[in-house]
Amino acid sequence: MPNVLDVKRRIRSVINTRQITKAMKMVSAAKLRRAQERALAARPYSQMLTNVLKSLVARAEVYDEVTGEAVNPLLERREEKNILFIVVTGDKGLAGAFNTNVAKAAMRFLGMSEGRNVEIEAVGRKGRDFLRRRFPVGLPFSTKNESATRLPVSVVGEQVGVLGKLEYSVAGDIAERAAKRFNDGDIDAVYLIYNEFKSVVAQRLVVDRLLPIGQVGVQEFALVEKLPLEDRTEEAKAAMSAGVSLKEADTSAIDTAAAQFAAAPVDYIYEQAPAEIFKSLLPKYIGVMTYRALLESVAAEHAARMTAMESATSNASEMIDRLTLIMNRARQAKITKEIIEIVSGAAAAG
Amino acid sequence: MAETFQLEIVTPDRLVAKLAAEEAQLPGKNGYLGILPGHAPLITELAAGELSYVTGGVTMRLAVAWGFAEVLPDKVTVLAETAEAPAEIDVVAAQKDKAAAEAALAHPTESTDYDALLGNVQVAETRIQVASGK
Repeated sequence: MPNVLDVKRRIRSVINTRQITKAMKMVSAAKLRRAQERALAARPYSQMLTNVLKSLVARAEVYDEVTGEAVNPLLERREEKNILFIVVTGDKGLAGAFNTNVAKAAMRFLGMSEGRNVEIEAVGRKGRDFLRRRFPVGLPFSTKNESATRLPVSVVGEQVGVLGKLEYSVAGDIAERAAKRFNDGDIDAVYLIYNEFKSVVAQRLVVDRLLPIGQVGVQEFALVEKLPLEDRTEEAKAAMSAGVSLKEADTSAIDTAAAQFAAAPVDYIYEQAPAEIFKSLLPKYIGVMTYRALLESVAAEHAARMTAMESATSNASEMIDRLTLIMNRARQAKITKEIIEIVSGAAAAG
Repeated sequence: MAETFQLEIVTPDRLVAKLAAEEAQLPGKNGYLGILPGHAPLITELAAGELSYVTGGVTMRLAVAWGFAEVLPDKVTVLAETAEAPAEIDVVAAQKDKAAAEAALAHPTESTDYDALLGNVQVAETRIQVASGK
């Protein structure tokens, strides 16, 4: 028979744990809301930039008239022998299957990439730890450095601790580096894997091809995986109990305003040649795409943690109920035993 | 002629400004541009520099690193990678950046990217200048 006092102590400790998980859930919900707001705040810039590029495609003679080939190197499609693979995970754990999902999908993509040399850049501590255990750490390949050798798969870069207070410059730097190496011919394509997050119920794991750019304003996915239905329902439940909206934010007003940018039906004076503007805008476009991916991944991470903490809280409640039952039984058994002892003692004495 | 035009400054992080301005000065890539209401439609890239505008008789200044602007007679829209008000600028960090870039320029190696470093110096100098209010 368990000791009543011991069970009582355990209950108290589980109650404490529940309090912590409950608090963590509310914190994650608040952070998720903030992440969604930030994603919304980033939208005008990215939409405007996309629109400018779209309207410049027509004016800047981006494609050669005769051959139809891309004039700008960032649009150039080459045989993909060497690729850069950017893996976006979280810096922290306790977020359910969030980090594992990305890591697993990344491994699947690597499985698909056999025959190509893959350089990995990890964003987020969890993904970095996972990838470093599996693959050697190397230096980024450079055509200028003659002693450099290519490994089939190697981890060449990491961004750790940047997601908590995410700034555009992080994404901008990643994109700038990638664009430069693509231009130099060090790599032939850039892929980005992340947890896409439109809303709590609209989430996917995607591998997005950043470079070469196929068509401005259109994402090209190499791999798309839906999260398991079970996870999504769990997340929806947690979101509702935490007061997070399930609906995608309405961006139509922003998008309409952005669509007017640099597209007025007038003859613009171009201070620089359209082709030149196009050339300097393209790398920014990649930066914006990367930034958006990072923002969405951060939101998804908070949503996953919120869900994990929600289920931890309900597990703790269940455990408290069970332990309380055990404790009551033990107490009852003790009382019964005492009564029997008294009664039988009295009977013996009488 | 309208006396003001609408000025919108957008960065990847947020909408920095959306207001009616009487005049603006943009750090265009080929030189500064002064904008008054009724300006001819124009599209330009911006360099690192100081962007200033006058609204309600008050002059506001921002340090801008790379951007893109559309000018219409009644509206000016600026896309800037960063746009910082004097109070937001970390002068110590800017001075450090400047020193680092200049040090790298002073001791060039084969892989030195001059354009990028000169750009860094310019960005840092602008930030210091805007912050000091000169």
